[in-house]
Amino acid sequence: MKTFVYIDHFKGEVQPASWEALGLGKSLGPVSAIVFGSGVDSIVKSAFEYGADEVFVADDEALKDYRAEPYSATLSALASSQSPDLILFPTTARTRELAAMSAVDLPTGVLTDISGLEANGDQFVATRPIYEGKLVEKTVCSGKPVMATIRGRAFPKPEADSSKSGTPTKVEVKADALTNVEGYSSSESAVNLGDAGVIVSGGRGVSNNPSLQPPTSMDERQAEIWRAHQGFALITELANMLGGAVGASRAAVDGGYIPYSHQVGQTGKVVTPDLYIACGISGAVQHLVGMRNAKLIVAINKDADAPVFKQARYGVVGDLFQIVPALTEAFRKKLGK
Amino acid sequence: MKIIACIKQVPDSEAKVKAEGGKVSWGDAPLVINPFDEYAVEGALQQKEAQGGTVTALCVGTESAREALKHALAMGADEAILVSDVALNELDTAGAARVLAAAINKIGGVDMVVFGRQTLDNGSGLTPAQTARVLGWPMLGLAGQIKVQDGSVTVDRVIEEGRQTVNAKLPAVISVVQSIGEPRYPSFMGIRKASKAEIPVWSLSDIGASAPAPLVTRTELMKPPPRETTVEMITGDSPAEIADKLADKILAEKVL
Repeated sequence: MKTFVYIDHFKGEVQPASWEALGLGKSLGPVSAIVFGSGVDSIVKSAFEYGADEVFVADDEALKDYRAEPYSATLSALASSQSPDLILFPTTARTRELAAMSAVDLPTGVLTDISGLEANGDQFVATRPIYEGKLVEKTVCSGKPVMATIRGRAFPKPEADSSKSGTPTKVEVKADALTNVEGYSSSESAVNLGDAGVIVSGGRGVSNNPSLQPPTSMDERQAEIWRAHQGFALITELANMLGGAVGASRAAVDGGYIPYSHQVGQTGKVVTPDLYIACGISGAVQHLVGMRNAKLIVAINKDADAPVFKQARYGVVGDLFQIVPALTEAFRKKLGK
Repeated sequence: MKIIACIKQVPDSEAKVKAEGGKVSWGDAPLVINPFDEYAVEGALQQKEAQGGTVTALCVGTESAREALKHALAMGADEAILVSDVALNELDTAGAARVLAAAINKIGGVDMVVFGRQTLDNGSGLTPAQTARVLGWPMLGLAGQIKVQDGSVTVDRVIEEGRQTVNAKLPAVISVVQSIGEPRYPSFMGIRKASKAEIPVWSLSDIGASAPAPLVTRTELMKPPPRETTVEMITGDSPAEIADKLADKILAEKVL
């Protein structure tokens, strides 16, 4: 068994699920990490500390920013020369592309967003959600190497051991690029719900605070969004207090209350935090399948019959505009912040 | 500019999909254009409006997929092509990409291919990049904005970490996200035009392709395990009291 794990990072910041993938690889046997980029010594060092037996590194100016073509060509060449049985990736915007393109080169298949992997003889059987998480399939790949992108927080993260180190193996860089990266801006919509341990989410109810008086210059629609922004401010305060991320239902996104990148329950946005607090979300099917794998679900809604309560461990029937700030205060005291 | 919008037909998002005898069933729920692909059609139409040219909706599917193509026509696409062949029942994403690439090559002279970010059914989101790879064209994934100038295209990629501006020469493959803009509703004229449209059906031999053998196959299909839970309602005389009790309950669960 020869397993490779691709360590995905953005400007040197490693996606935590990369280490979870490394842990999964380690559970199957010896594991080699793959690190691409420019000036990535510290990531190589971390890869050894997290348990990689070997690290393949392509450190080159041409790989400074992730770009689909040079990254996939370099990966395909490495896979062809080393013949691993399995290549694991965290599931990110970059790795979906990278795995997809290398799979065309090799050729092999990609199993995406997997939450389980069993070795069955020389076959790997992966578990993954389909139809927005309404169904689960077990799936196999007859190509070699099998490529799989793992869902964040589905596999345990190994402990880093700072006493471990090693010398990486250099990989030949295939620098041909078809795209140029011209710029980057982090934005308020930048959010990674997949890695979040705590998610506080808002739904349509977030715009319904009757005690707010929007500026009279606003029309009805502007006033609704204005109200929703005040509501999401309360949700953001609670999320910040708990070190979590802000999520949203489709209704809130469609209403223009918050960018769609916060949406839970759309295809591919199945989240698995330890704590999920749903505020003013009634619980459409897509939303429920998106969050049902959270360890602990708390629902706050003024409608006692809202379907969201059927998935929740704790529920509060009440006004989120009173309960959410009170909850932020309660945690402020209890957590000593 | 010659623009292709690639679409797929899927069961409606509201459908109660079930696992029946190892197959997916959706009862009598309607089949619709994949919702993410409506954004692809929207993005393609925006480029046509900005640059001039034509939009062709392209779909690999069964005869029923004509309805999804008609939706694209009703939105404003100029023509539609269905690739359908009994040999195509077992496609994986790479196989779909090879078939789409062959059809795109047959259409010829294409400047831009636009996809939705993923489908509601399989949801792996691999096909756009795989199509780009088969064509040997640049891949600009997860675009929230597209600008074409002097034979090159610049997109704002919406990724986990923020927005990244990426540029490539045309022809290129682009996948779009919802920030591209709400898909327009079909107009009355559009619906009339679509109902009368002739949609050519191409077989594998028409596009000079053979049926790609799937490398990824399903071995088992299940309902997700039910969540075993009973809800405990937290009550109190004031929001502060409720919040205090709820915070204690959450802390006792040791999830923080």
